[in-house]
Amino acid sequence: MALLEVNNLEVCFGLRKGEVKALRNIDFKIERGERIGIVGESGAGKSVLGFSIINLISQPGYVSQGEVMFEGQNLAKMNHQQLRSIRGNRISMIFQDPMMTLNPVLTIGDQMVECLMEHRTISKQDARNIAVQKLQQVYIPSPETRLDQYPHELSGGMRQRVVIAIGLLMDPDIIIADEPTTALDVTIQAEIMELMLELCERNNVALILITHDLGVVSQVTQRTFVMYAGRIIEQGPTKEIINDAQHPYTQGLINALPQMGVRGKRLHQIRGAMPSLQSVPVGCAFRERCDYAIENCSHNVPDFTESGGCKVACHMVAELKREEQAVKLEIKGGAQ
Amino acid sequence: MNMTAIVEEQTVSNWQRFRQSHFWHSFCIDKVAQISFLVFVAYVIAALLAPLMAPFDPYDPGSIDIMNSELPPSWQEEGDATFWLGTDAQGRDLWSTILYGTRVSLMIGICAVMLQAFLGICIGLVAGYVGGKVDSLLMRLADVQLSFSTMMVAIIVLAVFQATFGTQLYQELAMVMLILVIGIAEWPQYARTVRASVLAEKEKEYVDAARVMGLRAPRIMFRHILPNTLSPILVISTVQVANAIISEAALSFLGLGMPVSQPSLGSLISSGFEYIFSGSWWITVIPGLVLIVLVLVMNLLGDWLRDVLNPKLYKG
Repeated sequence: MALLEVNNLEVCFGLRKGEVKALRNIDFKIERGERIGIVGESGAGKSVLGFSIINLISQPGYVSQGEVMFEGQNLAKMNHQQLRSIRGNRISMIFQDPMMTLNPVLTIGDQMVECLMEHRTISKQDARNIAVQKLQQVYIPSPETRLDQYPHELSGGMRQRVVIAIGLLMDPDIIIADEPTTALDVTIQAEIMELMLELCERNNVALILITHDLGVVSQVTQRTFVMYAGRIIEQGPTKEIINDAQHPYTQGLINALPQMGVRGKRLHQIRGAMPSLQSVPVGCAFRERCDYAIENCSHNVPDFTESGGCKVACHMVAELKREEQAVKLEIKGGAQ
Repeated sequence: MNMTAIVEEQTVSNWQRFRQSHFWHSFCIDKVAQISFLVFVAYVIAALLAPLMAPFDPYDPGSIDIMNSELPPSWQEEGDATFWLGTDAQGRDLWSTILYGTRVSLMIGICAVMLQAFLGICIGLVAGYVGGKVDSLLMRLADVQLSFSTMMVAIIVLAVFQATFGTQLYQELAMVMLILVIGIAEWPQYARTVRASVLAEKEKEYVDAARVMGLRAPRIMFRHILPNTLSPILVISTVQVANAIISEAALSFLGLGMPVSQPSLGSLISSGFEYIFSGSWWITVIPGLVLIVLVLVMNLLGDWLRDVLNPKLYKG
C-alpha cells in the first residue's frame, strides 16, 4: 500500500457565479521516502492540491469527489479531531514566504514548543531540547539563543530554515512544500533545496514539492506531475520529463526556461494565457494555445497515454503512438 | 502603564530591548505624552494611596462636623487652614473626598473597561475567526446593543434596580452595578475593533501554518491572532477608560451612580451643584477640574499611543 494515495480527487469552489472546479480527476500515489514535484503555472491548482491533501481548503472550497488515502484512512472524510492528530504530526506543510509563516509576536521557541506540546505529552524542557536538536539539523548556528528570538531578528534564509525545522518537528511521514523557495534569492534557494533534499533522504520523509520552477524540481524530485487548469496532464520520472517532455504544454514550459550558453535570443513563450477555471473549454483545456491541436482536441478530454516512462494526456501524442504502433505492425506484417 | 509593568517582570535584556524600541524613543521625544503620563501616574498613585494621603476619612461620619460645611478653600478669606480645598455641604474635607472620589472613579473606569474588553475580545475573536452565520449573529447583536445609547441602558437598569431592591441594597452594590452596566453596554466597541483586526490577520499565512501544525481553534485565536491585534485594543482601551469615567460621572450626576456617602468625582460635582448659586463654587468646580484633567490626560495618551502603534505614521 502506498503511503499516500489520491484517487479521482475533485475540489470545487462554490462561488456566486456557480461552482468552479479547481481540481479534477487528480490521481497519484506517493511511497514512503519518495520525492515528487508538482509543477504548473499560476492558477493551475497546485496550491489547492497541497491544501486539499490535508483537508484545509479555505471556504468556500470543498472536496466534492474522490478520496485522499493516508495509510488506509480517508483524510477527506475525517473529523476535525482526527485531522488535527495528522496535521503537523504525520503530514506537515511548508509555505512560500517565511516572513509570513512565522507569527511575528511569538518567539521561535514558543512556536516550536507549542507544536510539540500539542501532539505529545512532554515537559516544556524536553520540548525545548527537541526544538534545539531540530534547529541543529537545519544548520542554524547557536540554536539555544535563536529559540528566544523573534522572527524579525532572523534573515529570510534563516527563517525558512526555522520553518523547515518546524515542519520536521514531529518527524512527519510527508512534507508538503508549497513553493518553499520562491521568496528567497537564488543562492539561498539552492542552499535550502539542498538542505531539504538531505533532510528528506536522511529521515526517509516523503516530499511533495509544489513549484513553478522546473530547475528546482529537477534538482530534488524523483517523479514530476505537470498540472494545467486543474488537471494533471503529464506525469513520470523527473529526468524523462525534463529531457524528453511529450505534452506540448510541458515542452513549452521547458522551452521557456532561459538557457545558459545560448546568447541573444528571445525566450520562448507559450502564447495566450491559461483559461479561467470558470470557463474551461470543452475538450483539452490547452487546445487554444497548442500548436499541434487536432480535431479531436476540441471534443474530448484526453486520457493518459503511456509514452516511454511517462503518462501524457494529449490526443496528439496518442495519435502518434497509434501511428507508430500501426507502422510497427506493418513492418512486422511485411517481414512475415 | 501596561508596558512598564510587563517590562519589569522580564529580564534585563528585555529592558534593554525596550529602551531601544521605537515605542520608548517616541515617548522620549514627545513632551505631551510625557506630561500626560506623569499626570496619569500621579492620579493612579493618589488613588492607590488615598487612605494614607487624605487628612480625613470621608467615609467615616464620626469625623464630619456639620459646622464646617461649605468652608471655602484655605487661600480665600474665610478659609480654614485645616481644609485645604474647603469643605462640601456636609462638612467633609474636599481634598480627602476628591482623593477617595478619584479612587472610585478610576476603579469603576478600569474595571468596566476590563469587563468590556473581556466580553468584546471574546466575541470579536469568535465572530472574526469562525465567520459565516456566527459572525452575522454576533455582529447584529452588537449593532442592537450599540443602537441603545449607554446612558439609556444604564439609566433604565439602574433605576429599575433601585426601584425593585430599594435604595439600601443599591447603595451597597452601587459600584458593582455601575461596572456591570457600563461594561456590558460598551462591549461592541471592542468586538468590532477586534473582529476587524482578526479578519485581516486571519488571511495571513502564519494562521494557515498554525492550522497546518494541528493546533486547536481556541489556541490559534487567543495565542496567535490575539497578540497581533493588541495595538488597536490598547488604543481603544485608553479612550474607553476615559469614556467609562465620564459615563459614571454623568450617571452619578443624575443621581443613579455612586451614593453621596461614597462619592465618586461625578457625585461630588452633582452634590455641589445645588450650592453653586449660593457662592460655594468650589464643591463643583474643583472635582470638575480634576475629572477634566484625568479624562484629557487619558485621551492624550490614547492619541499618542495610536500614532506610535500605527505603522503608516511611522517616521523612523
